[in-house]
Amino acid sequence: MMLTVRNLHVRAGDREILRGIDLSIETGEVHAIMGPNGSGKSTLARVLAGHPEYHVTSGEVLYDGQDLLAMDPETRAREGVFMAFQYPIEIPGVNNAYFLKAALNAMRKHRGEEELDAIEFMARVRDRMKQLDIDEELLNRPVNEGFSGGEKKRNEIFQMAVLEPRLGILDETDSGLDIDALKTVAHGVNAMRNPARSFLLVTHYQRMLNYVVPDVVHVLTEGRIVKSGGKELALELEDKGYGWLEAGVSAGR
Amino acid sequence: MLTQSLDQFAVEYENAARARGAEPPWLTTARRHALERFQSLGFPTTRDEEWRFTSVSPIAECSFARPLDGRTSFGRSDLAPFRWPLAGAHEIVFVNGRYAAGLSDVGTLPPKVRIESLASALVSAPDKVEPYLTRLADGERHAFTALNAALFEDGAFIWIPAHTVLDAPIHVLFVSSPAERARDARATMTHPRVVVVIGEDSQASIVESYAGPDGGSYLTNTVTEVVLGQSAVLDHYKLQREGVRSYHMAAMHARAARSANLRAHAISLGGSLVRNEVTVVLDGEGVECTLNGLYLADDRRLVDNHTTIDHAKPHCGSREIYKGILADAARAVFNGKIIVRPDAQKTDARQTNKALLLSEDALINTKPQLEIFANDVKCTHGAAVGQMDDEAIFYLRSRGLSESEARHFLLRAFAGDVLNRMPLEPLRTAVEEVLVRQLPSYAERA
Repeated sequence: MMLTVRNLHVRAGDREILRGIDLSIETGEVHAIMGPNGSGKSTLARVLAGHPEYHVTSGEVLYDGQDLLAMDPETRAREGVFMAFQYPIEIPGVNNAYFLKAALNAMRKHRGEEELDAIEFMARVRDRMKQLDIDEELLNRPVNEGFSGGEKKRNEIFQMAVLEPRLGILDETDSGLDIDALKTVAHGVNAMRNPARSFLLVTHYQRMLNYVVPDVVHVLTEGRIVKSGGKELALELEDKGYGWLEAGVSAGR
Repeated sequence: MLTQSLDQFAVEYENAARARGAEPPWLTTARRHALERFQSLGFPTTRDEEWRFTSVSPIAECSFARPLDGRTSFGRSDLAPFRWPLAGAHEIVFVNGRYAAGLSDVGTLPPKVRIESLASALVSAPDKVEPYLTRLADGERHAFTALNAALFEDGAFIWIPAHTVLDAPIHVLFVSSPAERARDARATMTHPRVVVVIGEDSQASIVESYAGPDGGSYLTNTVTEVVLGQSAVLDHYKLQREGVRSYHMAAMHARAARSANLRAHAISLGGSLVRNEVTVVLDGEGVECTLNGLYLADDRRLVDNHTTIDHAKPHCGSREIYKGILADAARAVFNGKIIVRPDAQKTDARQTNKALLLSEDALINTKPQLEIFANDVKCTHGAAVGQMDDEAIFYLRSRGLSESEARHFLLRAFAGDVLNRMPLEPLRTAVEEVLVRQLPSYAERA
C-alpha cells in the first residue's frame, strides 16, 4: 500500500476543513479526488505535502508504512512525495535550473546516491523538457517568475518528471489550462505511470481524467469522502454535477 | 562632556600638523577653517533631521586619538584576510590611514596615470590636487566631513588623463589595526581621503575597501571625492567590512560631466555604527548614474545609507537600488533623496529600496525624498520591507531543500539582485563567497 489515510481531521485556524478522510492508494494506482470548490480537496493535497498552515487534529497517514505526518516537508519530498502546486510560487532571483539541480541532489543524497554534476543533470533534464514542451530558456529564468499560467503548470509537471517521486499529488494542475497544455501535462503524467508509482489527482473537472484515466475516483464534499467508484463516476459527476451528492450528505444526517 | 570631547580633536589637529610637516598653504587654510566648522557644528544629534534615526553618541562620547606615529608592524600576512582577490589590480594599501608602500603594488600604469598616496601627491604635484581636494565634499554643514578635512593624513589620489582606458581595476584598501595603539585607552581614529579624477572619455574601475579586525573599537571617517569628465565611465565599488565593534562614517561626493556614466556599488557588511553617504551631481546632459547598495547587519548594529542624486541638467538617467538584510536587533536607515532642478527636463529617475527583516526586533526607517522642480520628468520610487516569504520557503522545502537551505536560497537571491549588477566578475564572485559564508548564520536566525 502506497498511501493510507485514516480518519484524518484537519483545521486551518479555527475552521475544520477535513472531517474524517479515509483513503487507500495501492502502489501503481491513480486516484482522482473530485469535489466542489471549498470541499477540502486542495487542503488534503497540501496536508499530505506538509504545509505548515494546517493542523491535524486527529487521524493518521501512512506512506509506505511510515508515519507521513511525523515528517517535515523536505523529508516527505526526499522520501518520494511530490505535490504539483495549484498556484506555483514565484521565487525571484532563484534560477530554475539551479534550484532543480539542488532539489534533485538533495534527494539523491538522501538515498545515498552520488550527486549529479551539471552535465549529467542537463542530460537528464533535456529529455524531460522535450517531453513537456518546456523551452530551455525557461530553465535559466528565475523559478516561475514571469511564467504564464500554463508555463507554471507545465513547470510543475516537469519538476515532477525530473525528481521522479513515488507518489505524485497534482493539486488542480488542470485548472486554467487550454486543451493543448492539458494534453501535454496529461502526456507527462501518463509517461510516468508505472507499477511502482502512484498518483493522486485533485481536480474540479473530469476533463483531465479523459487523458489520465484513473483507477479510482473519490468525491469529496464538506471535508468527507462521500462516494468512491471507478472512472465512470467522473462522467456521472460531469453529467449530474455535485448537487445530488451534497443533497445525499445532508439527507443522511 | 561634549565640549571636552570636541577639544580632543583640536589637540589631535595640532599633533597631526606637527607630525606632517609642510603642506601647501591653501590646504592649511582649508584645514583650519574645517576645524573651526567642526567645532562650531559639533557632532550631529537626532534632533538634526539628517540624523534623526542615527545617534552618533557612541562616537561623541568616545575618546579618540590619531594612530601612533612611526613604523607599523602590520605586515603582509596581517593584510591577507582583508584583501580581495583582484588579480592584476593596481593596489594601494593604507594601514591606519597611512600609505603602506611595502604592502602596495601599483604595477605598471599607462602614461600620465597617477595612482598614489595623497600625501605624496600633495608634495610632488600639489597643483594637480588643488582643484579637487575639499572642493566637492562640503564640510560647511557636515561635522564628519569637516573633521576629515581637518585631520586627514593620507589617502589615495587617482588621476586618469583624457582618452585613457584602464583595463585592470584599481584597489584602494584601507585597513585598520587598532591594536597598534597600546599606550592609552583611547580608540584609534583615521580620516582617509580619496580623490578620483577621471578625464574626458576615459574609463576605470575602482574598488575602495575598508576593513579591520572584529576585536577593537575604532573610527574610520572617510571622504571620497570623484570628478568625472565628459563621457568618462567609472565603476566604483565601496566594500565595507570593518570590525563589528568599529564606527564607519563615510561620505562620497561625485560630480559627473556631460554624457558621463557613473556606477557606484556599495556593499556594507561590518561595523557597529555605519553611515554611508553618497551624493552625486549629474552636472551635464546625458549623464547616466547607477547606485547599487547591499547591506547586512545583525546583533545590535546600525547601518545608515543616505543617498542624494542631484539631477542638475536635462536628459539624465539615474537608477538606484538598495537592499538590506537585517537580523536580530539590527537597525537600518535608508534615505534616498532625488533632486530634479528646474533645468533638468527629461529626467528619468528610478529608485527602489528593499529590506528583509529576519527578526521581529529588526527595524528599518526608510524614506524616499523627491524634490522635483521640473515638469517633464519621470521619477519613480518604491520601498518594500518584509519578512521572508513563508510560501516560498514551503515551496522550496516541498522539493527537498531543508528549511535553512531554503532560507539561504532566498537570502542569496535577494542579495544577488544587487550583486548581479556589479560588472567586475572576480569581485562579484568574491563578495558572493563572503556572503555565502555570512548568510547561513542569518538564515538560521530568520
